Amino acid sequence: MNRTFELIAFAKANVVTSLAFLIGLFFSGWLMVSALMGGVSYISEPAVETAEHAFHKHAKHLELASDGPLGKFDRAQLQRGFQVYKEVCAACHSLRFVSFRDLEGIGYEPGQVKTIASEWPIETPSINPDTGEAATRKSLAADRFPLPYANDVAARAANGNAIPPDLSLMTKARHDGTAYVYSLLTGYQAAPAALQKRFPDSMPSATTHFNPYFANLNLAMPAPLTTEGQVTYAEGGPKPTVDQMAKDVTAFLVWTAEPKLENRNRAGVAALIFLLIFAGLTWMSYQTIWADKKKR
Amino acid sequence: MSFPWAANYQPTHPFMRYLDERLPLPRLVYNAIGGGYPVPRNFNWWYNFGVLAGVALMIQIITGIVLAMHFSADAGQAFDSVEHIMRDVNSGWFLRYAHANGASMFFIVVYIHIFRGLFYGSYKQPREVVWLLGLVIFLLMMATAFMGYVIVWGQMSFWGAKVITGLFGAIPIVGEPIQTWLLGGFSPDDATLNRFFSLHYLLPFVILGVIILHVWSLHIPGSGNPTGVEVKAEQDTLPFHPYYTAKDGFGLAIFLIVFAILLFFAPNFLGEPDNYIPANPMSTPANIVPEWYFWPYYAILRAFTIDFLFIPAKLLGVLAMFASILLLFFLPWLDTSPVRSGHYRPLFRRFFWFGLIPCIIVLGWCGGSHATAEIVLISQIFSAYYFAHFLIILPIISRIEKTLPLPNSITESVLGPNAAGVKAKKAK
Repeated sequence: MNRTFELIAFAKANVVTSLAFLIGLFFSGWLMVSALMGGVSYISEPAVETAEHAFHKHAKHLELASDGPLGKFDRAQLQRGFQVYKEVCAACHSLRFVSFRDLEGIGYEPGQVKTIASEWPIETPSINPDTGEAATRKSLAADRFPLPYANDVAARAANGNAIPPDLSLMTKARHDGTAYVYSLLTGYQAAPAALQKRFPDSMPSATTHFNPYFANLNLAMPAPLTTEGQVTYAEGGPKPTVDQMAKDVTAFLVWTAEPKLENRNRAGVAALIFLLIFAGLTWMSYQTIWADKKKR
Repeated sequence: MSFPWAANYQPTHPFMRYLDERLPLPRLVYNAIGGGYPVPRNFNWWYNFGVLAGVALMIQIITGIVLAMHFSADAGQAFDSVEHIMRDVNSGWFLRYAHANGASMFFIVVYIHIFRGLFYGSYKQPREVVWLLGLVIFLLMMATAFMGYVIVWGQMSFWGAKVITGLFGAIPIVGEPIQTWLLGGFSPDDATLNRFFSLHYLLPFVILGVIILHVWSLHIPGSGNPTGVEVKAEQDTLPFHPYYTAKDGFGLAIFLIVFAILLFFAPNFLGEPDNYIPANPMSTPANIVPEWYFWPYYAILRAFTIDFLFIPAKLLGVLAMFASILLLFFLPWLDTSPVRSGHYRPLFRRFFWFGLIPCIIVLGWCGGSHATAEIVLISQIFSAYYFAHFLIILPIISRIEKTLPLPNSITESVLGPNAAGVKAKKAK
């Protein structure tokens, strides 16, 4: 009887392990065959270098006051950045997740916010209260920033078939986004001669512009910040060089993407202090409770 | 259930006595995670992660329920409602970052918990069912995490849903109908979003149910331990409370510190930037990658590049990816060594630390990278090792390995072989 059980157990174990062995041999074996064939073709036909690989640059380093766990927004800089957005970017790029009232977060008084909203060049869509027909009205503090184009078709039609992306989340929607936005704004240049020589197909067309920080090197947007003093900063501010304006608007877009950054950092510091004390107390109670149970 | 020397629940307060005679819920808790559950005295810190996984699940359920109150499961509104939570809901940014990073923390602790089980042979008899139920929980977790990632309806959500349901499309004949059935259409849309949201809300409670079974089946033989030697006498164990509640309490504090650093200071570190772009069916992201916890499987999926006879490479990749997890269900019968703990298995230990662990890390790195020729080549070599490790190497070493001598008891492993002698001397 016992012997029968043993035999069954032995057979079962061997069925499982032999099946496993065969499946393992198949998967591993075929993978090694694939690797071998891939390796051969990798050596015999090396990958062709692409224009992106040769000319794309990683984003430049940018330091902002909001960096790091103790970072805080530089409100004067955010206001300058907002001014750049308003005077340069807003003509094409929406900010659809941000409301005018949010501007109180970068240091504007409620009265100033009301004025900014009501004077915004694009009005908020509405209806005529008498006829019910589509109309527009002046924006209120509670409104989101109005969209510059009625729809994607209008946006494409006005911009050489490219939709200007919404900027609310831009610094979080790209790898190393903060540095990327700054680099892109300051990275426009004439296409290098080497590009013309090696990858003539990757040269900018009549409607695109060369920028080594853009993923495929050419983008529809022309350089938006071109000359010093393009935006007139209030007195006491830094000189509005292209670099300074790019930094300021990037800082502003860090805020639009993460308006609760300061709350987050503050809560984080408080939470860590609490948790360190909690860890200390739990460590001590662990030591006390286990005092006579450990190896001496 | 449990050991004869387990402390008995004795309610002192009249109300607790009253309750105990009618609904002995406090007794159940006392026997499960209180003074009534004797646990081996020699747990190391790796044995902390089961409790932490339970805590992580509770964090996900609580933050998730509140998030669902503000979330809109509609293809036109889902992305915007997440931004509404981030900007306008009180502490909404905290809830959402806690939930998103909580998922990563859940996977970190569960992976450590699984690898602890792999090293110490926790899957061996008499705990096979504990292991199998744990794998069921793991599969449910992966489904839940995937659907949670889809419902926020960013670019990676949409294209992730398309790629993953597309895997079923690789199955011959029935594949495409299955894919359409899963999505509720030919492409991810409102129907997909709504069913994923419904299931994303349901599955965590299913997980909770299976966890109860997992713990129940664990408590029949009692917990394993780093020596793999079974409990023999009362001196080998300590009551769960206060000893392991205190120890796990400190572990919990460390877990929360790591979680807090991630949540408050690097909340987007583990996420893909593309998911901050609203889903757009007309524009495919340059590099579709899943969240980090799926990277090793993704690398295995992409490692198959050549058709095998009439089986297309894509189908092979899908089969291999599912097999890479399903093979773990057979582990108790593949590893036939009677010695549980890796400490006393020199060959097994070497293959674990120098084979399996680097293999998983490299596969993870490959899965997260852009699939260039080099990356695919590395994925192929390490995927080959992965299958060989579990299906070929492990069964062989468990037969040929000469294991090291085991300690006579758990107490001896803690206090040294002379502990009994020392006590006898003191008594004199």
